[in-house]
Formats: sequence, structure tokens, C-alpha cells
Amino acid sequence: MNEPVATLPAPMPEINPETKPFWEACAQGRLLLKRCEECGELHYYPRAICPFCMSAATTWFESKGQGSIYTFTITRRAGGDYARATPFVLAYVTLDEGPTMLTNIVTNNPEALAIGQRVAVVFHAAGEGAALPRFAPA
Amino acid sequence: MSIRGKAYIVGAYEHPLRVAPHHSLAQLHAEVAKGALADAGLSKNDVDAYFSAGDAPGMGVISMADYMGLKLSWMDSTETGGSSYVTHVGHAAAAIATGKCHVALITLAGRPRAEGMQTGTGVRPYFLSAPETGFENVFGITVVGMYAMAARRHMHEYGTTSAQLAAIKVTAAAHAMHNPNAMVRKLLTVEDVLASPLVSDPLHLMDCCVISDGGGALVVVSEAVKKSLRREGVKILGHGEAPKHLMGGRVDLTYTGARFSGPRAFAEARVTPQDIDYASIYDSFTITVLETIEDLGFCPRGQGGPFVAEGNLRAPHGKLPWNTDGGGLCNNHPANRGGMTKVIEAVRQVRGEAHPAVQVKDCQLALAHGTGGSIGTRMGSATVILGKENA
Repeated sequence: MNEPVATLPAPMPEINPETKPFWEACAQGRLLLKRCEECGELHYYPRAICPFCMSAATTWFESKGQGSIYTFTITRRAGGDYARATPFVLAYVTLDEGPTMLTNIVTNNPEALAIGQRVAVVFHAAGEGAALPRFAPA
Repeated sequence: MSIRGKAYIVGAYEHPLRVAPHHSLAQLHAEVAKGALADAGLSKNDVDAYFSAGDAPGMGVISMADYMGLKLSWMDSTETGGSSYVTHVGHAAAAIATGKCHVALITLAGRPRAEGMQTGTGVRPYFLSAPETGFENVFGITVVGMYAMAARRHMHEYGTTSAQLAAIKVTAAAHAMHNPNAMVRKLLTVEDVLASPLVSDPLHLMDCCVISDGGGALVVVSEAVKKSLRREGVKILGHGEAPKHLMGGRVDLTYTGARFSGPRAFAEARVTPQDIDYASIYDSFTITVLETIEDLGFCPRGQGGPFVAEGNLRAPHGKLPWNTDGGGLCNNHPANRGGMTKVIEAVRQVRGEAHPAVQVKDCQLALAHGTGGSIGTRMGSATVILGKENA
């Protein structure tokens, strides 16, 4: 069953000095991840300090923005800006580089989504210097 | 060094109100404190340690110590969401075991229902300005939505079904029929649960806990103090706690922090899951119960669905009589935090004071488990094991 999909809101994220480069890159259409130069592990959400070894030698690199759905839900009740956007899809996507990230799936047919389905990043402008990384079926 | 047998719960009180528009928050905390102290046969002036969490108003422990006029030598405001009060029981026992205090008071209270909160719409205020906030709130997260994603992944990996999850609610409703204060007092069927509206699929409205006002309190004391009281003490045998989170992006939503807190509690108590006569298990949502049962070792991993559908949670004769007050799913989830009421019903069971229809015969050992935060992101988990005085 296809349900009408409202336009997803794109609220301005809470940005701090540690995460500013991530959001600026999103505004330019690039998804950044962090890699630890000491232990070699990748992580998400991005931090200045590696959550695996506590090294401060973390560096940004660009993800290819492709992955698969780890899990998802069709949200039919929500609050705030999203109250008028239901039903919408909240999901975790596992990027091909490894880390899994919380996001939305942009689709006109949420009932057809499945765990494991391939998706690719899209960016929705969220005001000055930021865009939200969401995913659409690839 | 262990807390095993060093402290006893001697007072427990659950506020009878489920909607409290005419109370202040501080007043509710003080009313439950008064109730638990009266249950113990102690007075306010006996209290030398006080524990409260993020639901307490103002500066928490300090504001409530001022309101109630407490003189204290030990304060603990450990905040791990709904599991806080289970954690507090362990911390109180540890403080008593090391001689830092003798009479510990723990309170919880809240009035989300009076304030108009509705299922499925909440983003909790304490999620603001957390390091993860920018990466989560912008996507329209809801409490139910995050648990729903855990449920869907569990279904994907293990074949768990919505009907199996519904069986948990059906059991809670059957138990709540015996609790005159319960919010849901209606026998439900699996079909009723599946016919309730989807809030965030696969979770239906009836997969969710109630929203209620009220609260509860506990009094934990040393053996010396316990001996001076008429009330039989409920012995604290073991405690474990742990956070579980997203591990820098290595996300696995099919288990909870109970996988870490449970074994610690069992080891300290020197018992196994098979020894437990009654379990209070956190039930913010049906999926919370299902995953926790597996994590605590009451059934093999991935077998929670068949375990609950076979009626094993039903009191008094099921394999694992559970949440005999109706739990958060049907009785009470004050302040959106279910840890306190989990401990209170476990105390009732060990004392033999649960409703006769659901009282486990000769209940020697009870477990209470709390989950605070979200199994869809990060949580604080806490397990305590309680027993009769001679356990």
C-alpha cells in the first residue's frame, strides 16, 4: 500500500566546534567520516577523540555515501516539526565503509523497504552551513 | 568485597495516583518518601542517605533534601533514566556495606500525564545538547521509533513476530486485572494488541507502556537497623549495572545492557537464572521485555518470542512469573521511568504481599531489572537480585 509521503522537515542540526566540518561538508554534498590514525578504526558520529583507543589523531575522510538498511521504522506519530510529516521512515544505514548511522530513508513507497536494501546518500539543505544526510533506495 | 547480604529493603511504597494534576513534583516525592518510611517503621530523622535521579526537581537531591528537611551523610544523584532506581538500590547497599550510611531513602516521582504527554510524540529534554544530538534529533526520532527499530531487527535476525510481542502485553493485562490502581484493567487478546494502531511499525499502541503520574520510594538499611524493625527485611543479594550504546557506529540493536549487568548480579548473588522465582523486568515496550529476558539468560538468545508466547511469564504458575502488578505496560510508568515500580513489586513478591491471584508461592528469590534511555541508541541497565532474610 502506498501512502502519501509529506516533505520531510530539515531542521538545523545542533552544531559545535567538533562537528562543524561534518555539517559544512554535507552542505557541499559530501558525507564525511572519521578515521583514527593510531588504531585505524572508523567511527560515527564523528568525534575529536577516537572512541576505540582515545587517540586525538582522528582525521576526516569522504564516504562513498552508499550502504544498506540495517533496520527501519515507518513512524506514524511524532512531535515537533515532524508531527505533520508522518508517515516518514527513520532508519539505521550501515555504510560500505563500516559504521552504521541514524538517518531517514526518502521514498514514496515505505511499505516496500526491506532490511538489507541498498541505499545511497542524498542531502537536504538545512539552512546556512548545513544539510541533512538522508538516504534513498539505490 | 561484595554487597551480598549487607543491606535490606525494609520499606517500599507506590503512589496510588496515576494522574496528579493537583500535586507539585516535590510534593509527590515527599509523599512517596513518607509512605516508604511508614512502611519501614522509620521516621524522616532516621534517614542519613538520599538517592534521586533526573526526575527530582531543581538540584535533585539537594532541592529535595531542603524540601523534606533531611540531614544526610551520603548523597547519590546517579541518573541513568528509568533504570536509575535499580542502580540506586545497588549503590545504597554498597554505601551501607562500607559504613557510609545506615538508612537510605530512594524516591521517584513525576506528572507527565498531567502535563499532557502523549505516546509517540516525545523527544526527551535530556537529549538536548548531548554529543549525539545533532546526529539524531534532526531525523525526527521518537522514543517509540527507536524501540521499533530494535524490534524490526530482532524480527529479521530471529523470526520474532508481532503476535509474540503482543503476548507480553496480554500477560501484563491479565496481571493488572488484580491491581485496583492499574491504568489498564481489561483483559486483552493478541488480536486486540495487533488491532491497535501502529505508532511506529512494528510497534502498536498496545506495545507501549502507559503514561502515568505518581511515583514510588524505597528504604534500604543496614542489618543492625533491620534488626530493630518489626518488618521482615528483603535481602539485597546482588547487583550489576552497565551502559550499552552504539559503540562508535558498530550498532547491534538485538540485545540490551542486561547482557552485562545480569551476569554481574547473578555472580554476586551466587545464583543462576533457573533459581529465580519471580522477575520484574522493565517493560517500556514489549520488545524491551523480550530482549531483556534473553540477555538475562532466562531463555536462549533469539528464543524470547517462543518463550513469551508459551505463557512462561504468567503468574503464579509460569516458568518465570513476571511483572505481577501489571508493569509499565498496564499498571504504572510514573515519570516515564519504570525502575522504581519494578523493585517495589519484587519486594511485594518476596514479602508474600503481592495480590493472592498472582503471588508466587514461597517466593525465595526475585530479580528486578531496569533499562533507562533507549535500546535503540544508548541505555543504562541495572539488575538487582533480592531474597528472603534467610536467602
